[in-house]
Amino acid sequence: MAITDLSHYQQGILLLAALILLTSFLMLGQSRLLRLVFTFAVQGVLLAVTTALVADVLDFPHLYISALLSLGLKGILIPIMLQRLVIRLGLHRDMETLKNPARVMMGGTGLVVFSYYVCLPIVKLSPLITLNTIAISMAVVLLGMLLMITRRQAVAHVVGFMSIENGLFFAAVVSTYGMPMVVELGIAFDVLVAAVLFGVFFFHIRSSIDSLDVDQLNRLSEAEK
Amino acid sequence: MIAVYLLLTVPLLGMMVLSLLADSHQAGRVNVRFNAVALAAALWLAVAVLVDGPLLSPNKMLYIDSFNVYLIALTAFVGLTTSMFSGPYMAHEQELGRVGKRRLRLYYAMYQGFMLAMYLVLTTNNMGVMWVAMEGATLATVLLVSLYRTPESVEAAWKYFILCGVGIAQALFGTVLLYFAAEQVHGIEDTALLWTVLHDNAKALNPGVMSIAFVFLLVGYGTKIGLVPLHNWLPDAHSEGPTPMSAILSGLLLNDALYAVVRCKMLVDGSLGTHQAGDLMMGFGLLSFIVAALFLHRQTDVKRLFSYSSIEHMGLMTFAFGIGSPWATFAALFHMTTHSLTKSAIFVTVGHAAQVAKTQQIDKIRGLMRTQPMIGWGLLVGTVAIAGFPPFGVFASEFLVLVATMHDYPWLTPLLLIGVAIAFAGLFRHIQPMVYGDVPEGQQPIQANLWPVMLHLAIVLCLGLAIPAFLGNWFNQATLLIAGKLPL
Repeated sequence: MAITDLSHYQQGILLLAALILLTSFLMLGQSRLLRLVFTFAVQGVLLAVTTALVADVLDFPHLYISALLSLGLKGILIPIMLQRLVIRLGLHRDMETLKNPARVMMGGTGLVVFSYYVCLPIVKLSPLITLNTIAISMAVVLLGMLLMITRRQAVAHVVGFMSIENGLFFAAVVSTYGMPMVVELGIAFDVLVAAVLFGVFFFHIRSSIDSLDVDQLNRLSEAEK
Repeated sequence: MIAVYLLLTVPLLGMMVLSLLADSHQAGRVNVRFNAVALAAALWLAVAVLVDGPLLSPNKMLYIDSFNVYLIALTAFVGLTTSMFSGPYMAHEQELGRVGKRRLRLYYAMYQGFMLAMYLVLTTNNMGVMWVAMEGATLATVLLVSLYRTPESVEAAWKYFILCGVGIAQALFGTVLLYFAAEQVHGIEDTALLWTVLHDNAKALNPGVMSIAFVFLLVGYGTKIGLVPLHNWLPDAHSEGPTPMSAILSGLLLNDALYAVVRCKMLVDGSLGTHQAGDLMMGFGLLSFIVAALFLHRQTDVKRLFSYSSIEHMGLMTFAFGIGSPWATFAALFHMTTHSLTKSAIFVTVGHAAQVAKTQQIDKIRGLMRTQPMIGWGLLVGTVAIAGFPPFGVFASEFLVLVATMHDYPWLTPLLLIGVAIAFAGLFRHIQPMVYGDVPEGQQPIQANLWPVMLHLAIVLCLGLAIPAFLGNWFNQATLLIAGKLPL
């Protein structure tokens, strides 16, 4: 199928999907925390734009609320909160060196291919565009996990966690046109509370181990000490 | 129907009242009262469902059938007895200076918040709301795990937060896929995520999508059950949090997560018509059972010891639900009850034991029997019960699982037997010196309220001797619902 056969709406969705995946990769390779948070905000805004596009073209008015929630929470509120915390905790000058950037990126690419492979059964019952979007949202979820695995900073873990949520929301928006309203409100509430709790935890962790390097959280283990 | 609304509003109200109540001694008593009202509502609901059959609220958001109603009653009961223990226990911790007034207020408010999340998981008919409530349970308990603010407890809470957060996110992906599959059948409707609607049309759901969805749902909710290899948060969160928290995490949260998985399995089975979902659950369950039994031997912390025992038992239940035959399902439901009663009783006793010895280190807790016979006996009898000795209920339920396995998968029976034996040895080598052993100098008895323990163990004992007719009837109905056939 040629790309020109697709409607403008479908092309737009594919473009946004690609951009969201791109932001995930950018986050994976970003070693400065403030940039990481900024890239995360961009991903949130892209998610909101996707939601608004679906709401407008396919005429699902309830998705406008969801778009506003995404924009407000993921695009503005949580990034600003994280940014303030990073500055208040004095982490904005720290650089985290990635041990093997090339290998991490290759791993990320592998995850994208894997996602496409897993989602193949879905292609049989829906148009090509759904396969792409579901596979990409799954890839965003997996890349978020990879981000959490490769970093030691607690802030980066939170960004990874939130980016996983972004991937899930993207899947919900493009494949099922959002979740039922009560579920969406519930999820948004959970995300908000989680964000606040993460903020509280940064201070707890810092006062207990004097840094936010989660590799130092190693008191509890099965190995004999 | 009123009973359900009452059940959900009571903890909500409790959360608000307790977050305003400054006097921590009074808060402990108020907490007990709220839980008592919730238990009354739960029993009322149970009777209503027993008499009138399944209950669907007018807006279809709440659905109570024989499967969840008995879990609701169990949740309310364990919630009440644990709150009775938690009042004096937390007061003692406050005297030791481990927690301040503000944190106690947080503790009591979140206790009710957790109960609310649990009731919501159990009563909701909407798979999306079930996810929201499950995540809510994590959020409510995460600050309680780090209540003491020691470096260890902060680490445990962070681990719990991140692992369960990421884990449960997988379940959300599974839920989205579930909605996707439902949409192919119904079109875009808000009712498409309702469990009753999904279950009625399970045959029409696309099997390919459903099997992918189940993998995500199992991994997601399985993290909360503590299935190996997703269990890492569980021993930490249980050992570092306050003991009443460990009791309700082990007795309630794990059960309710398993409940969510079984609900999903019922949908997937209807769609696939094969045993694929059951095979996955059997694999995960058996792995958890064996690995946890082996880990029991290496523990040095008494609460970690019993949290591994929880993983072991949850593994066994997941395995039994996975087998899926009526016998196995009956056994799993029965085991859910006996395990949750026994384990919460044990955690209550262990909490007292740790206060007597002023440590949770197994090799420093000695001579409980001589210092305070009640605690010593409680721990010993509790351990005997959880290790699966007759005449306690855990023996009966484990025996039923074995019988069901022998019938369907005879070659797996030796593995189960070996696992039970390893777990038994692992528990007793640690518990025996704790209970007998020489009394360390200066060990003083404390004021302990052990009658919740006695009550739980007495019920487990009765269940082991004979299942009362109404309970048996409940289990039968739930089995009929899940496995499609009566066990006898």
